[in-house]
Amino acid sequence: MNVLEVKNLRKYFATQKAVDDVSFGLQKGSIFGLLGPNGAGKTTLIRMITGIFYPDEGEIFFEGKKFDPTNDAMKIGYMPEERGLYKKMKIGEQAVFLSRLKGLTKDQAIKNVKEWFIKFEMQSWWNKKIEDLSKGMGQKLQFVITVLHEPKLIILDEPFSGLDPVNANLIKDEIYNLAQKGATIIFSTHRMEQVEEICDHIILVNKGRKIVDGSVAGIKQQFKENLFEISFDKSPDTESSHAFEVIGKKENGLIVKIKDGYTSNNVLQFFIQQNSGIVSFSELLPSLNDIFIKVVEGTPLARQFQPVTA
Amino acid sequence: MNKILIIFQKEYLTRVRNKTFIISTFLLPIIIALFIVAIVYFSVHNSEKNTIAVNDASGAFLNSLKSDSSQVTFVYDNDITANNFSQKGYAGVLIIPKQGNILKDTIRLISEKQLGITNEEYIKGQLGSALQKKLFSEKKFDKNAVDSILATSVTDVYEFSAFQQKEGKMQQSNFWLAYGIGFTSGMIIYITMMIYGMMVMRGVMEEKTNRIAEVMVSSVKPFQMMMGKITGIAAVGLTQFLMWIVLIIVLSSLTTAFLPHDTLQQVQHASQNMPNANSAQSGEAISKIGEIKHALSGANWILIAFCFVFYFTGGYLFYSSLFAAVGSVVNEDAQEAQSLSLPLTMPIVLSFVIMTTSIYAPSSNLSVWASIIPFSSPIIMMSRIPFGVPGTVPWWQLGLSMTLLVAGFLFTSWLAAKIYRTGILLYGKKPTWREMLKWALRKG
Repeated sequence: MNVLEVKNLRKYFATQKAVDDVSFGLQKGSIFGLLGPNGAGKTTLIRMITGIFYPDEGEIFFEGKKFDPTNDAMKIGYMPEERGLYKKMKIGEQAVFLSRLKGLTKDQAIKNVKEWFIKFEMQSWWNKKIEDLSKGMGQKLQFVITVLHEPKLIILDEPFSGLDPVNANLIKDEIYNLAQKGATIIFSTHRMEQVEEICDHIILVNKGRKIVDGSVAGIKQQFKENLFEISFDKSPDTESSHAFEVIGKKENGLIVKIKDGYTSNNVLQFFIQQNSGIVSFSELLPSLNDIFIKVVEGTPLARQFQPVTA
Repeated sequence: MNKILIIFQKEYLTRVRNKTFIISTFLLPIIIALFIVAIVYFSVHNSEKNTIAVNDASGAFLNSLKSDSSQVTFVYDNDITANNFSQKGYAGVLIIPKQGNILKDTIRLISEKQLGITNEEYIKGQLGSALQKKLFSEKKFDKNAVDSILATSVTDVYEFSAFQQKEGKMQQSNFWLAYGIGFTSGMIIYITMMIYGMMVMRGVMEEKTNRIAEVMVSSVKPFQMMMGKITGIAAVGLTQFLMWIVLIIVLSSLTTAFLPHDTLQQVQHASQNMPNANSAQSGEAISKIGEIKHALSGANWILIAFCFVFYFTGGYLFYSSLFAAVGSVVNEDAQEAQSLSLPLTMPIVLSFVIMTTSIYAPSSNLSVWASIIPFSSPIIMMSRIPFGVPGTVPWWQLGLSMTLLVAGFLFTSWLAAKIYRTGILLYGKKPTWREMLKWALRKG
């Protein structure tokens, strides 16, 4: 059963179709990447899932039941892209306050905050104020506050921006950890290398519509262009064949695109016949970055305002 | 509901524990007291002191203009003219022409800089009384006898008491006491409504610019967030009043404790026998204290205190939710906040202005209506109540005013919540009034 099921979600603003007929499902314990260029409608989508906005149309099911923002909000942890905490409030009190708003009792909140502060080596921060923290430290704190109440669904909007590699790894490990314990994580970003590393399932939205949906490996297969890299210890005499075309050359190697109706075996046979010593032969799969650019390319960089006729 | 309580606690505790709260609680009364003292001091001591030469060619005013060292000193010298008074060190010269017909000649007051209005009025007054004296003596009246007759007021011969009759009972009324209580409470409500309204607005702006709003609205409804903040700050205000009341009680019991025992008994005696208190016997100060105690016992303190808390809370709730709505739509720009909050501060200032006149006529049409309409009722009604319920303020007016205020703040918070809900997550562009109205009227 899917933890979260989103069906035909629509949200129109006066000048924009911010989210236009988006559906997807999330399995328990999965790490889900929500990708899209700036202004694609990611934040609006997330705001509907967190109960901040009501959708104009469509339905959200949480744990099999219709999503009820008042009661389900405490099972969701949301870290918005624009971070924010009370500047003048003591950090410990602030963390306790925010997790009590998520429905924890005071004692439970204090206990959880203490545990997490020890885990992230933040014990000395309790009586400090936010204004005393650096940007990265604030980011770390924001993450802790997001997961304090042990939410079933964690939504992270650009969680690594502004973090140094050490702290980014700390949080990345914790994301794996939480997913292993059964939390489901939605991860919104436009940093593709992180998505490739972390997520097992992604969707890509552009102009409010979902354009790509699948596992990372599946999507790469879907967008592959039959490119292979071959390297030799002795350059072949001839490089032209009806089975493939040469896309690029490297030192002791070639990048080839196999034509329709042929397989990698045809390519290997061709070079074996020429007696070129093949050192390696591997498929070149597109990076998510390439896919992203390919999919989004051709659409204007900035989203134009459009009249809504609906 | 529970979440409102958590936010309430947070807003209340972070503010009350703040050093500025404690400092302002104790400093504000001192500042207000100093302010009043300063006003009184300057109004008494701010008169100009000038020496005026009198060139009296007629001789009619010779030595009959009285000098007052705190205002004008007259020096008679017929050698001083309009040409040489400033060389001789005079601020001005009063030139009285030779007597033709004394009532039609021009008396000229010549000075280098403009003399203040009090100086000029004083000189005119002195001329007038000198003239009267002269005319009296021409008619063979005794000026002193006439003066003492003119100076007689009714209270020199009779006791005068104003009573309010209600439901067959007579109660002594005291305009100045009611005025004092009414003005003070109206003023306090005015100041606190402004201060705490602005505090709500700044708090909401802070949440918005800090971007904590989005974290918050993912766990609580915007309405809960707004109400928690508003009620929390209201409790801060009430705490502050409570501390002031405690402060007053402590200070007054301290003064009582430090006065000798027999003085106290005399005060007691003086206040009991107030109308016949003999100031010659019990000493000026004691009779004054007794007078104050007697006067203060004439007010219905319990009703006043209840109404004060009610009107402070009601007025605050009425306006603060609107202040919250304004705070939710502005961005970091302080100027924007100022221009958007103007429509809220205007009616508050206006009701204070109305109060300064309506308090002299607490039963006039203006006072009655302004004390019923919720926009101005917190200040105006509070200034009327000390004049007597149900004498000056009939029960129906008080009831209507209170009902309308409750209805009013329910309406404003409903309206504000809708604007707030949209505004708090909206960044960038400043919404127009029309857009805000659209949010407010939108269903759902």
